[in-house]
Amino acid sequence: MSDAFLELQQVTVRLPISGELRTVLHDVSFRIAPGEAVGLVGESGSGKSMTARAVARLLPPGAESSGTVLFAGNDVAALKGAALRAFRAEVAVVFQDPRAHINPVRTIGDFMTEALRTNHDVSRADAAAKAVSLLAEVGIADGQRRLEQHPHELSGGLLQRVMIATALLTEPKLLLADEPTTALDVTTQSDVMAILDELRRERGMSMLFITHDLELAGAVCDRTAVMYAGQLVEERTSSALHDDPLHPYTAGLVGARPRIDGDVVRLSAIPGRPRSAFEAPAGCAFNDRCVHVVDDCVASRPALEPLDGGSVRCHRAVELRGRLQEGAAHG
Amino acid sequence: MLKFVVRRLMMLVVTLFVASFAIYSAMYLAPGNPIAALLGGRTPTPEAIAVLEERYHLNDPFIVRYLRWVGGALRGDFGVSIQLRQEVSTLISQRIGTTVQLVLYASLIIVVVGVALGIVGGLRKGVLDNVVIVATTVSAAVPSFVASIILLSVFAVNLGWFPALGTGEGFVDQLRHLTLPAVALAFSSIALVARITRSAVREELSREHVQTAVSRGIPYRTVVRRHVMRNAAIPITTVVGITVASLFAASAVVERAFSLNGIGAYLIQAALSKDIAVVQGISLVIVAIFVVVNAIVDFLYAVLDPRVSLGASAA
Repeated sequence: MSDAFLELQQVTVRLPISGELRTVLHDVSFRIAPGEAVGLVGESGSGKSMTARAVARLLPPGAESSGTVLFAGNDVAALKGAALRAFRAEVAVVFQDPRAHINPVRTIGDFMTEALRTNHDVSRADAAAKAVSLLAEVGIADGQRRLEQHPHELSGGLLQRVMIATALLTEPKLLLADEPTTALDVTTQSDVMAILDELRRERGMSMLFITHDLELAGAVCDRTAVMYAGQLVEERTSSALHDDPLHPYTAGLVGARPRIDGDVVRLSAIPGRPRSAFEAPAGCAFNDRCVHVVDDCVASRPALEPLDGGSVRCHRAVELRGRLQEGAAHG
Repeated sequence: MLKFVVRRLMMLVVTLFVASFAIYSAMYLAPGNPIAALLGGRTPTPEAIAVLEERYHLNDPFIVRYLRWVGGALRGDFGVSIQLRQEVSTLISQRIGTTVQLVLYASLIIVVVGVALGIVGGLRKGVLDNVVIVATTVSAAVPSFVASIILLSVFAVNLGWFPALGTGEGFVDQLRHLTLPAVALAFSSIALVARITRSAVREELSREHVQTAVSRGIPYRTVVRRHVMRNAAIPITTVVGITVASLFAASAVVERAFSLNGIGAYLIQAALSKDIAVVQGISLVIVAIFVVVNAIVDFLYAVLDPRVSLGASAA
């Protein structure tokens, strides 16, 4: 308990969608230890980004939430004024699309140094010097010149480096990285990911890394959590998740990856389409797409149960263990 | 930036030439005979007509007359008023001060009230926003001549707070005389500016980069000032510019309602009395003001939005 740095307890979020409140996150609980990186994997609409927004207190207007988010022992929902600003400085967000998330009419320098100048009383010159040195760390050598430029003068990859450098300027303890490489082209993705991973490790920061790439999450995160329809369905160490998936959905994701070292075979796909939390069927949210479904799965919703150092939300987890991957391959 | 300015100025000159041609040919084609207007019902002898035609160059080909007129206009000479037998440029310069004051006053009201209402409506959802929507819907639906009549009857006749007619003497008195006309002129434009401001504020508030600023702990007021208002200023500037430019033409109605001696009221009077040189001169001045104000807005636009000037220099 005491080693949890960020802890989510039964977080449920409902959003007003076309006139009614609909559940987008259901009973999400997990924790991140100091210096630990946790991956959050799932399809579009599974609630990954909403989880990060719930942590960062960036839920859209009209959202209703229950459950608790604890950061360094404090209830995030109760933070106000200076405590909230301190929290914002310690929790930095790297957004998916840097071009949309940086004000286009202000300079890179304004963007980078704004938090330092506004909330930390750092002088413009000192903040700029710090920004230049961080730009150098993310591989941008001519930082002084970049500070004068506007976002439209930089490529997407450069902008995402700027975003990462900016996130690190206030020396945060937790990074919320919301698909930081998805908007970039493939060649710059690996560079940006490597920089993010290296800087995080150097500084001993915790990270919640959101991606739909199970492989990538495994490469940079100690543990990986899988989301489906607004719920966590499995959460384990990255290597265990990869080699020995416990939930049929995870097994489906693992089976749907192309292998770089084997023969080219037809990739197995999970039948059906992803569900949002409010579209999920009664009982297990995955029951309408699962090949292992039994009556129990329709009758009652499984809880997230601890199993083998992780946890899984499946009635048949123990029974199906080890057989899931062949099932997925044939299914 | 310099390239942008030069390009824009060239466009301005071309626009003015096209406009001057349109104005001149419209007047040329308009029904009515200037000689008949000049003589006021008397039957002229053929010799008299020939003399007048010679003096006013009425027998020259259209293009020659146009070029002579444009050449004069470039030097500030718009010809002579048939009615008053005075230089049109003198007649315009005697009256344009009133119009400029009226338009500036109305613009100030439009910017202050319109932008303020728009910001309130944009930032506050619920009751205040609904009040803004209802108020702007009403004011948008009131044409300036109706606004003039209502203001005159309520504030000038019944309450007696403001004078009903004329321009007044000295700054304070002039301000008092121009208040009702300026409000009448501003009335429906306030709604337009408020609506545009409201939707621009709404749109900017929902932008991702605003979320970024919030996530970094920038206080809400600062976020609104530095990111929402700063970015919303771009569409607001555009609509204010166009509105202000069009006020010069729209002021004709209000000037007439309040018996102000401006170029708008004079334009109507000249048109009614077929004083073609005056109509042409005032029309050209109004178009020129419109075009120049628009050019200024474009320059402001380039200053406010760094992406604009880049586009121009790349082109």
